[in-house]
Amino acid sequence: MNSFGILSLITFLPLLGALVVAFLPRENPKVLRAAALLFGLANLGLSLLIVNAAGTMVFVERLHWIPAFGVCYGMAVDGISMPLVILSCLVVPIIIATTFHVGRGLKEYLVLLLIMETGMVGVFCATDIILFYVFFELTLVPLYFLIGMFGGVNRIYAAFKFFLFTAFGSLPMLVAILFLLYQHHQATGVWSASIEDLRALRLDAATQNWVFAGFALAFAIKVPLWPLHTWLPDAHVQAPTGGSIVLAAIMLKLGTYGFLRIAMPLAPQAAHSFATPVLVLAVISVIYGAYLAWAQDDLKKLVACSSVSHMGFVMLGLFALEPLAARGAMLQMLNHGVSTGALFLLVGCVYERRHKRGLDDFGGLVKVSPALGIALVITSLSSIGLPGLNGFVGELFILLGAFKTQPVFAILCASGVLLGAIYMLQMVRRVCYGTPNCEEAAHLSDMSVAEKFAFAPLVILMFWIGLAPGFLLERIGPAVDSILAALGNT
Amino acid sequence: MEENLLELIILIPFASVVVQYFLHRVLPARLAGLIACGAVLVPFLLTVVVGRGIGAAAPQVPAVTATIASWLTGGGLEVAFGLRLDPLSCAWTLVVTGIGFLIHVYSLGYMHHDPGFKRFFIYMNLFIGSMLALVLGDSLPLLFLGWEGVGLCSYLLIGFWFEDMNNARAGQKAFVVNRIGDLGFLLAMLMIFQTFGTLDIAAVTNGLSAGHAQGTFALGDARITLIALLLFVGACGKSAQLPLFVWLPDAMAGPTPVSALIHAATMVTAGIYMVARFSVFFALAPVASAVVAIVGALTAFVSATIALRQRDIKKVLAYSTCSQLGYMFLGLGVGAYGAAVFHVVTHAFFKALLFLGAGSVIHALSHEQNAMKMGGLKPHLPRTHWTFFVGCFALAGIFPFAGFFSKDKILGEALLGHGWLFPLVGVLGLITALMTAFYTFRLYRLVFTGPERLDAHAKKHLHESPATMTVPLVILALLSIGGGALSLPAFAHFDILGDYLRPIFAPALAVAGEAAHHAVNVEVALMLVSLAVVIGGAWWAWNRFARGPGDQLPLPQGGLPFLLENKWFVDEIYAIFVVGPMRGTALLAGFFDRYVIDGIVNGLARLCDLCGAVVRLLQNGAVHTYALLFIAGAVYLVCSLL
Repeated sequence: MNSFGILSLITFLPLLGALVVAFLPRENPKVLRAAALLFGLANLGLSLLIVNAAGTMVFVERLHWIPAFGVCYGMAVDGISMPLVILSCLVVPIIIATTFHVGRGLKEYLVLLLIMETGMVGVFCATDIILFYVFFELTLVPLYFLIGMFGGVNRIYAAFKFFLFTAFGSLPMLVAILFLLYQHHQATGVWSASIEDLRALRLDAATQNWVFAGFALAFAIKVPLWPLHTWLPDAHVQAPTGGSIVLAAIMLKLGTYGFLRIAMPLAPQAAHSFATPVLVLAVISVIYGAYLAWAQDDLKKLVACSSVSHMGFVMLGLFALEPLAARGAMLQMLNHGVSTGALFLLVGCVYERRHKRGLDDFGGLVKVSPALGIALVITSLSSIGLPGLNGFVGELFILLGAFKTQPVFAILCASGVLLGAIYMLQMVRRVCYGTPNCEEAAHLSDMSVAEKFAFAPLVILMFWIGLAPGFLLERIGPAVDSILAALGNT
Repeated sequence: MEENLLELIILIPFASVVVQYFLHRVLPARLAGLIACGAVLVPFLLTVVVGRGIGAAAPQVPAVTATIASWLTGGGLEVAFGLRLDPLSCAWTLVVTGIGFLIHVYSLGYMHHDPGFKRFFIYMNLFIGSMLALVLGDSLPLLFLGWEGVGLCSYLLIGFWFEDMNNARAGQKAFVVNRIGDLGFLLAMLMIFQTFGTLDIAAVTNGLSAGHAQGTFALGDARITLIALLLFVGACGKSAQLPLFVWLPDAMAGPTPVSALIHAATMVTAGIYMVARFSVFFALAPVASAVVAIVGALTAFVSATIALRQRDIKKVLAYSTCSQLGYMFLGLGVGAYGAAVFHVVTHAFFKALLFLGAGSVIHALSHEQNAMKMGGLKPHLPRTHWTFFVGCFALAGIFPFAGFFSKDKILGEALLGHGWLFPLVGVLGLITALMTAFYTFRLYRLVFTGPERLDAHAKKHLHESPATMTVPLVILALLSIGGGALSLPAFAHFDILGDYLRPIFAPALAVAGEAAHHAVNVEVALMLVSLAVVIGGAWWAWNRFARGPGDQLPLPQGGLPFLLENKWFVDEIYAIFVVGPMRGTALLAGFFDRYVIDGIVNGLARLCDLCGAVVRLLQNGAVHTYALLFIAGAVYLVCSLL
């Protein structure tokens, strides 16, 4: 099914937006913000056109790019990429709407954010592995600058650490990609970089292991899987609010998406043989991340560590290699994006008011700023998987599925549910309840209209996915089933 | 038609929550309160209407079902927002909405001056909705949704006055302890799905009965036993049984109507509901049933001992609740399912009454809760006094009040049961009955008779409560007097509740074997014994506390009173053996992450830096150094070639 290039439009419209913003005068922040918001919202509107993608790749685009090596500009979406594309397009305008605290450099901030969007959307649409790689790396640069230019006191260390970790993973991935292209040429005599073609390769087990390992390192760092996670808390703590939201909501999903879309289908046998070691790391991430979150006294760091725990859950869902669990993993990617994105948004809101982020710098927030407090409570409940909200649906699917194939890992991860309640609720208690700990904490303004508008879509998503996940499941289901079917056949 | 009404039963409370939340600025407080009350009364009336149709005994379990919307579908899972009103859920729904309505009305008066009045009713309606989801849900995930939903409301209402950090802490404790139980429930759900391939409750229980008939699941099957035990872990959390009962006494930090509704009459009986709902599993797992009976009996006993020496009026009632819940589990464990449900109903009547009565006292005394600082309230609070007095008789289990019949049914089935275990837990239950009567009348004496020991502050506004509060008390008192008529002893051949519930428990009783019918004189003799024990306990307390706590002082020194005063040190044991190590692990993880993992990361970076620095020494920019190296290299090459 060919299309009129809608995916390219969604991908590159933000880049055009970045260009426009770059040429606007920096003296007028309102105009800058309005222009960026316009592009962001327009793109969100466009992205809704792909909402019916499900079992098969649709909106296919294919142009020759480097014909000598069979490299194409290939774009398409299915039920796996569709929600992630839309989430990316949703997150960016949300961030733009809450940039009132960015003073100097707003222009650069917005430009970088829009470039990010191009990278994020592109990476989920790419059906050509070289194109995937290009977009994958493209996301790295704007985020590096976002952290390095707009971050906290330790921003240079954090940005550098983030960049090095990611680059460290990318190199083996590039080697694996080139190796696959070469193998394809050896096997068939033609060059191709299409993921579809590369999936058809029948590599022997040992080769698959090497290929898988090459990809796995890059993706495991992005997820992040224990013990490769230490860049994440630093990056989150130092990043500006927008950077944290993008990082949590989208960037981490590049890792799990990469596993599902690239590493597992390209090395199906290795996906089976690596399942146990990956699951061990996933379980450690779930439990260790939760304990780590418990030990934090800084709001942002707590949320960052909880990310490690939640993403471990997604990995359990993926490597259980079971239809229910895979559905749950996809849902949980979105849920984590929504809930943790919302948490970082709210932490940004309180930080902006208080200029501190310690758990004991607040107290009585639900009394001082009711809307902000209630938003924080609801989001925390979504994060700990309260039934009726989004987190529960994903967790239940993952556990029901994983218990069939990997009961031990499922049971261990289920205990993460308990730990989640402990660290999130003690955070809520210390921040939201009691009385204000000091004079400053007693006079914080409540959510502004812009903040409410930015938060509203996220809270609607929490309830929508929690109560009526059928819409997403119908689209995700066939797509993950086809990937799992391919894994099972080898 | 019936389907639509059934849907309304659960949708009305939730709709009311939404309306109250979004209109909280414009709704006058009084109207909001009335909406909240109506949102409980209407479901009650609807349940009466719909429930009448399912009374007729049929070969299948009679039920009305409805599906509101689909929920979790795909990958071999098919779970909808499906409701199922059968005799068991109907009984619970009537208790929840009936008692719930009375307590809502009471709260109109009790919370009248509270600035959080509207928030209170939003939470209360949310609770009713969640509780109905728990009871009416036809699938395990929906049951779980209600299960966690009531836990959330409990958390929010315990910490209702959150400015005091202790209240917020109590709420958090309740939620976390419950989550331990929920983990058990969740694992049971996973095992059930794996075993039966479905999460529909009726399909699962029917599947198990059929499987047993075909020989797939033998009596004592290990898998079924494990599932039953995991379900029971969940029940222990929600229904405050050993060792997870620690949250309930702390939960008294919430407003008193909450204690009455959530922490006495309804939510805490959810565990009983679950075990009763899955009674076939327990019937097929004698080991699990034995565990249920033992845990129930021990909880009944231990909590009663703690209640003997509590000073806080609500704490006495809280431990009493744990203890009475223990009775119910004891009943479930010995296979007296109907009797356990009967006790849930009567307990809801009299414990709601006692808590609301305590609330009325606390309200009158400007929030004084210490029974040592009460006394002589009888003339000041006439209606509160006589209704509370009725509640004491019912709780103590004195003929002909409601508690007598239900408790006696449980004890009778236990004491006359086969083997050595059932009589043993029965004896434990009998000793508990003695203590129950003692602490009940101790409390009554301390609060209502003897010399006044009030603070000036408490005395200032001493007044009987308004009608919104006393009318529910009177209704509950009448129910506590006559509630026993729902299920008279077997020889009376009048057992409305038992007949109504029979189809629910028929499969379980078919597996475990119907309890033997005993001769009339045996049953009567047993009743007389238990009545004598109870009256003895009551009489003892009546005399001992005739003149207030003065008779109790000086406090007996020594191990046992000290142990009881400190609640067997259970909280401290938890702090040392559970919370401490976990907290330590968290700190250790933080340390490990910072110094070990990041140490390695930063170490590698420094190593690279160092290598760079060494190599950089060569690149020092001085031409003569390069010349020297060049010559040295040339000399080396020439030498090696030669």
